[in-house]
Amino acid sequence: MQVFTGFSIINASVGSLQVGDMLAQLFFFIVLLVLIRKFAWGPLMSMMQKREEYVASEIEAAEKSRAEAERAQEEATVQLKQTKQEAQKIIEDARNVGARQEQEIVDSARKEAERIKRAAQEEIQNEKEKAIQALQDKVASLSVLIASKVIEKEISAQDQEKLINDYIKEVGEEQ
Amino acid sequence: MHGSGVNKMDHEAPIVEDVFGIPWLDFNLSNVVMMAVASLIVFILCVLGVRKLQMKPTGAQNFMEWALDFVKGIINGAMDWKTGKIFLPLALTLITYIFVSNLLGVITMATFGHELWWKSPTSDPGITLTLSTMVILLTHFYGIKMRGAKEYGKDFLKPFPAFLPIKLVEEFANTMTLGLRLFGNIYAGEVLLGLLAGLTSSSVLGFFGGAIPMLAWQGFSIFIGGIQAFIFTTLAMVYMSHKVSNDH
Repeated sequence: MQVFTGFSIINASVGSLQVGDMLAQLFFFIVLLVLIRKFAWGPLMSMMQKREEYVASEIEAAEKSRAEAERAQEEATVQLKQTKQEAQKIIEDARNVGARQEQEIVDSARKEAERIKRAAQEEIQNEKEKAIQALQDKVASLSVLIASKVIEKEISAQDQEKLINDYIKEVGEEQ
Repeated sequence: MHGSGVNKMDHEAPIVEDVFGIPWLDFNLSNVVMMAVASLIVFILCVLGVRKLQMKPTGAQNFMEWALDFVKGIINGAMDWKTGKIFLPLALTLITYIFVSNLLGVITMATFGHELWWKSPTSDPGITLTLSTMVILLTHFYGIKMRGAKEYGKDFLKPFPAFLPIKLVEEFANTMTLGLRLFGNIYAGEVLLGLLAGLTSSSVLGFFGGAIPMLAWQGFSIFIGGIQAFIFTTLAMVYMSHKVSNDH
């Protein structure tokens, strides 16, 4: 078969080392290395480097912002607590002020009432005195009238009035 | 495909001898062309992959970043990232170039006339040995540069001076195995693909008999191509770490 003739020829064609091929291989390899490093792997490596740095910086930024958020939350909590305390204090103050004002209003009302009562009493007293005076006058003239009617000119009007006045004065002093 | 060929080994390589009149300067033009093709494909794919770089990666950029992280993993496995990061472009170029080169011969092989033109550049021992020699020389260069000539030289006398010949042989052996492993795998894959291609084109019976093994072998060759690119890069980084790391 032809195949077997093929085997016998194999040995013959191996083993020829051409110096030109070697130099050409060296040349091609070096040129290829330089070219693909410059145009392919170099840019790719720098891109990967850039991504690595980007990821690192992103992680750093995320960590930083998280810490910041935590701090802000803490601050907010503290502030909330403080605000609550303040509100409590304001309510307390308002309550105190309210109570004091209430007391004041009640006090002043009581004082006013007292004053009005006293004024009324004074007026009553005045009126009473006035009434007594008027009554005195009335009684005097009435008694004169009665006496004059009863006695009928036994004494003059002047003498009688004088007599009654003296008598009333006497009575007033005894009181 | 040239119809009469049973496998690609029937065909000759398009060799140009004594270029510029220099007696040792011979070129296998198919190798040169395929190197150029592989380099161009790697370059175009890489540049397309990073065309629209974004903070939030999509599509091709995801893949490129995955590849970069993968190679980073290889370097991290061999050495400290602090010392290893300068080798990232080297490792990336190695793995992408070798992977694409390996696949070129799996996809198709083409001959024009009696000459084999389209194949994997890595199925030529000269090319893989060039790559491995370059890697080993670079390990020596960085070993001296990063640790100083004295520390670098001391490593050859460890654990005791009697090991010096063994160490020297090791360097040579490393170079050979690194290059020839890649060559052997890819070359063997291409030979078998060539045989199967010959079988499928030989007769109707041969077509049905050879089609399924050929599909399976192509799938396997893609796998091998990936694995070999990975192994080459990993070993390059391991050898590098032997020279540049203080503790091993």
